[in-house]
Amino acid sequence: MISIIRTLWQILLHSFRPRVTIQYPEEKPALAPRYRGRIILSRDPDGGERCVACYLCAVACPVDCIALQATEDSTGRRRPEFFRINFSRCIFCGLCEEACPTYAIQLTPDFEICEYDRQKLVYEKEDLTISGPGKYPGYNFWRVAGVKIGGKDKGQAEREEPPVDLNSLMP
Amino acid sequence: MEIVIHIVTVLVVLFCVLNVAAGLIWVERRLLALWQDRYGPNRVGPLGLMQVAADTIKLFFKEDWIPPFADKPVFVLAPAIVMLTVLMSFTVLPFAPGMQVSDLNIGLLFVLAMSSLGVYSVVLGGWSSDNKYSLMGGLRAAAQMLSYEVFMGLSLMGVVLLTGSFSLTSIVEAQRKIWFVIPQFLGFVLFLIAGAAEMRRLPFDIPEAESELVAGYHSEYSGMKFGMFFVGEYVGVVLISSLITILFFGGWHGPVLPPIVWFLIKVFAFIAFFILLRAGLPRPRFDQLMSWGWKIMLPLALANLLVTGAIVLAVRGSG
Repeated sequence: MISIIRTLWQILLHSFRPRVTIQYPEEKPALAPRYRGRIILSRDPDGGERCVACYLCAVACPVDCIALQATEDSTGRRRPEFFRINFSRCIFCGLCEEACPTYAIQLTPDFEICEYDRQKLVYEKEDLTISGPGKYPGYNFWRVAGVKIGGKDKGQAEREEPPVDLNSLMP
Repeated sequence: MEIVIHIVTVLVVLFCVLNVAAGLIWVERRLLALWQDRYGPNRVGPLGLMQVAADTIKLFFKEDWIPPFADKPVFVLAPAIVMLTVLMSFTVLPFAPGMQVSDLNIGLLFVLAMSSLGVYSVVLGGWSSDNKYSLMGGLRAAAQMLSYEVFMGLSLMGVVLLTGSFSLTSIVEAQRKIWFVIPQFLGFVLFLIAGAAEMRRLPFDIPEAESELVAGYHSEYSGMKFGMFFVGEYVGVVLISSLITILFFGGWHGPVLPPIVWFLIKVFAFIAFFILLRAGLPRPRFDQLMSWGWKIMLPLALANLLVTGAIVLAVRGSG
């Protein structure tokens, strides 16, 4: 009996607590920087596209919402011919971002991508690519990995170490 | 002329009660939200007040479906009974001096009788749906309401003994000096509990217990038939709150403000209290409910009646 009265009193005191609801359209929620929202394709600090069309994101995607086609340009650099994400299937799990070796595909804290027409939720490469490097400002994959240029293989340039031999156990 | 005044009173009471009951849906949702640190409906119209209208329109346009296996006439009749019986009780309630449809000299008995008849709507609704969950709900409602009715009536007898009349107007008049909640505090507590159980309000909503019985006796109801059960429940809350006000809290009596304002203030305080009960308390198990009713509440009500009777007899003398 006492506990019931105490319960009621405690609940009554909640009249004076602030309300936790965020009145969404007028009041925006504060999202964490690593919130997993709309997916983008980022660019190098130099402005080149980061994606090397390795298909890892498409493989990692549990709902198969990523479709792309690799192509090579004259220097042998791989890039996606098309890159398509179907946001009506995407579950925003972030596995594509984790799979990406070049930090090209990233999830952003933007969730306001509703459409009246379902077809409009299929984003092409032009819709996905942004102008900047996204979350990793200084990172350029090719500077870290090295590039073959005419006559010189990776690690053969001046003041450059040879790349790690992945098949060797030696330190 | 007399007849016209009567008809106008009836219409005004009906209009006010139904509107207040419908408005309670909004009040309840807002208050529950307040106590759960939310906002509740606040989008439709100012402060979300038009939510009720929106809900009503939605209910009207819903398919009014009668299951093919249901007992059709009874199925249709059941929700009407709940509205009818609860609204009939309002005919004898004195809202303010002279503001009353009919001052029956057995007003209190009439209210109790009508609330007993209210059981039929639930039982028939559950029975005619021909659905095991509805039947369970109806069964529980019958058991619960019959057992809580017993001491609901008995808990009020103390008030009747003190007043010496069943007329609700006389009961209010008898509280001019002291509200009956003070000499009849036990009766008040018992009536509060019985009233909540009788109106199937949370925490006593065991007949519809959505976590166990889908929606209990109204599982099969849709559209405005469901709406009638729904509004019936809220009219019931208004009824029980008004009864508590009239029987224990001096009805319209109060300083400065006009009588009807006092009445409304008290009624809304109790409505808010019933909503607070809903916000705060979990639903008891069915066997707990029954054993509380018969093993605790009924003896307490009888003891209250005996002691009150003895005191009244001693004070007034056997003459």
